[in-house]
Amino acid sequence: MELNAKIPSGPIEKKWDNHRFEMKLVNPANKRKYKVIVVGSGLAGASAAASMGQLGYEVSCFCYQDSARRAHSIAAQGGINASKNYQNDGDSVFRLFYDTVKGGDFRSREANVYRLAELSMAIIDQCVALGVPFAREYSGYLANRSFGGAQVSRTFYARGQTGQQLLLGAYSALSREVALGQVKMYPRHEMLDLVVVDGHTRGIVTRDMVTGEITSHAADAVVLGTGGYGNAYYLSTNAKGCNITAIWRAHRRGAVFANPCFTQIHPTCIPVSGEHQSKLTLMSESLRNDGRIWVPKKKGDTRRPQDIPEAERDYYLERKYPAFGNLVPRDVASRNAKEVCDDGRGVGPGGQGVYLDFTEAMQRLGVDVIVERYGNLFEMYERITAEDPYQQPMRIYPAMHYAMGGLWVDYNLMSNLDGLHIIGEANFSDHGANRLGASALMQGLADGYFILPYTIGDYLVGVSPKDRPSTDHPAFKQTEQEAKDRMKKLLAVNGKRTVDSFHRELGKLLWDYCGMGRNEKGLKTALKKIPELREEFWKNVKVSAEGENFNQSLEKAGRVADFMEFADLLVYDALVRDESCGAHFREEHQTPEGEALRDDENFSHVSAWEFTGVGQTPVLHKEALSFENVHLAQRSYK
Amino acid sequence: MKLTLKIWRQSGSREKGRLVSYPMDHVEPDMSFLELLDILNEELLLKGERPVAFDHDCREGICGSCGFMISGVAHGPQKLTTTCQLFMRQFKDGDTIIAEPFRSRAFPVIKDLVVDRSALDKIIQAGGFISARTGSAPEANAIPISKEASDRSMDAAACIGCGACVAACPNGSAMLFTAAKISHLGLLPQGQPERYQRALRMVNTMEKLGFGGCSNHGECEAVCPKGISIDFIARLNRDFMKANVVEKMGPVKNV
Repeated sequence: MELNAKIPSGPIEKKWDNHRFEMKLVNPANKRKYKVIVVGSGLAGASAAASMGQLGYEVSCFCYQDSARRAHSIAAQGGINASKNYQNDGDSVFRLFYDTVKGGDFRSREANVYRLAELSMAIIDQCVALGVPFAREYSGYLANRSFGGAQVSRTFYARGQTGQQLLLGAYSALSREVALGQVKMYPRHEMLDLVVVDGHTRGIVTRDMVTGEITSHAADAVVLGTGGYGNAYYLSTNAKGCNITAIWRAHRRGAVFANPCFTQIHPTCIPVSGEHQSKLTLMSESLRNDGRIWVPKKKGDTRRPQDIPEAERDYYLERKYPAFGNLVPRDVASRNAKEVCDDGRGVGPGGQGVYLDFTEAMQRLGVDVIVERYGNLFEMYERITAEDPYQQPMRIYPAMHYAMGGLWVDYNLMSNLDGLHIIGEANFSDHGANRLGASALMQGLADGYFILPYTIGDYLVGVSPKDRPSTDHPAFKQTEQEAKDRMKKLLAVNGKRTVDSFHRELGKLLWDYCGMGRNEKGLKTALKKIPELREEFWKNVKVSAEGENFNQSLEKAGRVADFMEFADLLVYDALVRDESCGAHFREEHQTPEGEALRDDENFSHVSAWEFTGVGQTPVLHKEALSFENVHLAQRSYK
Repeated sequence: MKLTLKIWRQSGSREKGRLVSYPMDHVEPDMSFLELLDILNEELLLKGERPVAFDHDCREGICGSCGFMISGVAHGPQKLTTTCQLFMRQFKDGDTIIAEPFRSRAFPVIKDLVVDRSALDKIIQAGGFISARTGSAPEANAIPISKEASDRSMDAAACIGCGACVAACPNGSAMLFTAAKISHLGLLPQGQPERYQRALRMVNTMEKLGFGGCSNHGECEAVCPKGISIDFIARLNRDFMKANVVEKMGPVKNV
């Protein structure tokens, strides 16, 4: 298989413009003859479905939630980047492009990132037109805030609810198309499989989560905007329902999976409070501007933090990184927290936490300033932990947050499977080995509003709606039957362990061996343990006997079964990528300062994996990356 | 702590439901209410009983999926809180807690604590949008919007669409939900061209879907996890009345 990224020729700033002209157009009168399926209604899915509906395509949109408005994009807090240069501080398309390529530690595709930076401005325009109430200055003009990894202020925001407001904007545009009959919405439906006929993607098989009915849907193109796979780790900042099933099933049908080991761990989350913990909540990274991070010097010190004298505290980030101190990048902060906890010096229940202390800042700035800057975050923290951060330091710990990896796509956002398009977090393209803050929202909306609606036309021109098979086609029937059999099989095991207990164990395995720090020995251990766990799952899982209709334990079981298969690939990719880059930190490869040490000679490529069977070694396809506009350099925080 | 959960069990939309008691012996104050239900469900599953169905997703109070009546109050006793952000330390040892689905004519029960809230989507589809085709937008700073209007719009836009307001209202009205969207868009210059049509269509749709009217009980505001003010309902009423007058005047000749 040859992976052709189809990057247009010409200088980088002309590529997208030229490509838009070169792409073929579907005659306006013919658009209504084409059917497009969109799975997922987050920022990418909702904006894509709405925009394609407006163009006249017949769109069906599926989501597992009870309403399209609830997709997990809604939980994004911080903001969305755009190179508007409203602050007159030297921002430009090229600078946003440069920051993103560098932040991704040179493992993303230059042409895609440049296009993203270019489109960032139109996204803000579109969102404002749709009524997104971004923060404004007293002048009435849009406000910006600063974010990590950039020296300019280019982040647009709506209080701490930017994701919610952007999603509600896309959802409102989608709702309009639903009312006009251009989009048919299928809430409480989950995709169970992809239907491929002679190498062409022809549709999907879904399960109605209320009635349990499994049905097929045929289309001329399928778009997956189904998010990331952070929940493979069980505890993450993802919503409980986020899952890998759609992209994993597509992978099993032939779509190659790119860079699965690029997973981002966020350093400032509220720590686990006990075995009952079901998910983790993120606290804005901005807290590190004024908070000091420390743990006791002594192992197993159970004194209250306020009783531990200054001399017996270890401000480990300030000690190890005197220049950046508490403001080192996400990956460095996360790894160091794990290190001190592994050393037995962690605080709070289970010793999985470090202190984030505002005492000094309150003395220096006054309590009022701290209330003004972080009041809402302190309140959220107190609600969850019942501890008052004005009286005692916060406890924080890193948590799984975002997947940079995903299904491989070309410049047109199409996978190697003809007709299968992947958008948003579900694809791999723009963030390399590390995503910068406020870039996920930008990418989801760029894909959905401004890239896919053009590129899908270019694809559809070459397809005749007359060739679209009916759902009676044997390929549909067979895929449907396989999905039904899988459900029956899960129900039939009737073992002694719940789905959650398997999921927790899988998550712990991945967290311990393929989390913030990875090494050959640990990864090999995980590769031995995962198949054992998977085997036990299929022998001993217990799913509620209430059958195939509304059955939340059956939904979970199907998702966890797919995570179990995916886990092998995640770990194997981490093993084969024998270098450190961005969030992928192989302990064998680090600079004396503990920074990720890339091996550009051998690993300046995208690793795209082809499925060969469960538990079988996948086949590696490499897409070479070249950097013509941003020069390869070592990231430094000295 | 030890406490007793009394949970509404209903195996399907057409089945009869009833309250069933479950003694919970190992409740940690740091558990969220939904985590307690997770534990109960694990126990029920291993005993071969049917777990409790309930909607939930983000578990950080923003997606609006979760929510049921907790001892008679939508989302439970803590103000400005969704069910997923309600922690067991809000209760006392020995308490009996009753969990029932949101009850309203427009929200049929699907199973146990899960209700069908798709009527809220239909209200939005009737007009809860600004018709700005992708690509048609002017430069974002071309229209300055006063900070005051923008902030007020954001206050209304914070609605998470959970449906607590409907469940708490003695009339089963969706006025707060509808008013929040009408105000969010109506306070912005971009929302002006469709402002009155929007009010007319959304309110009429709301009534058709079986929601009641508003008679100023204020229960909606009291349970709203995002603190949306009933002042927005006054705004809705004004827009709706004006829209009706304009409608009666026939096709617009002179605005």
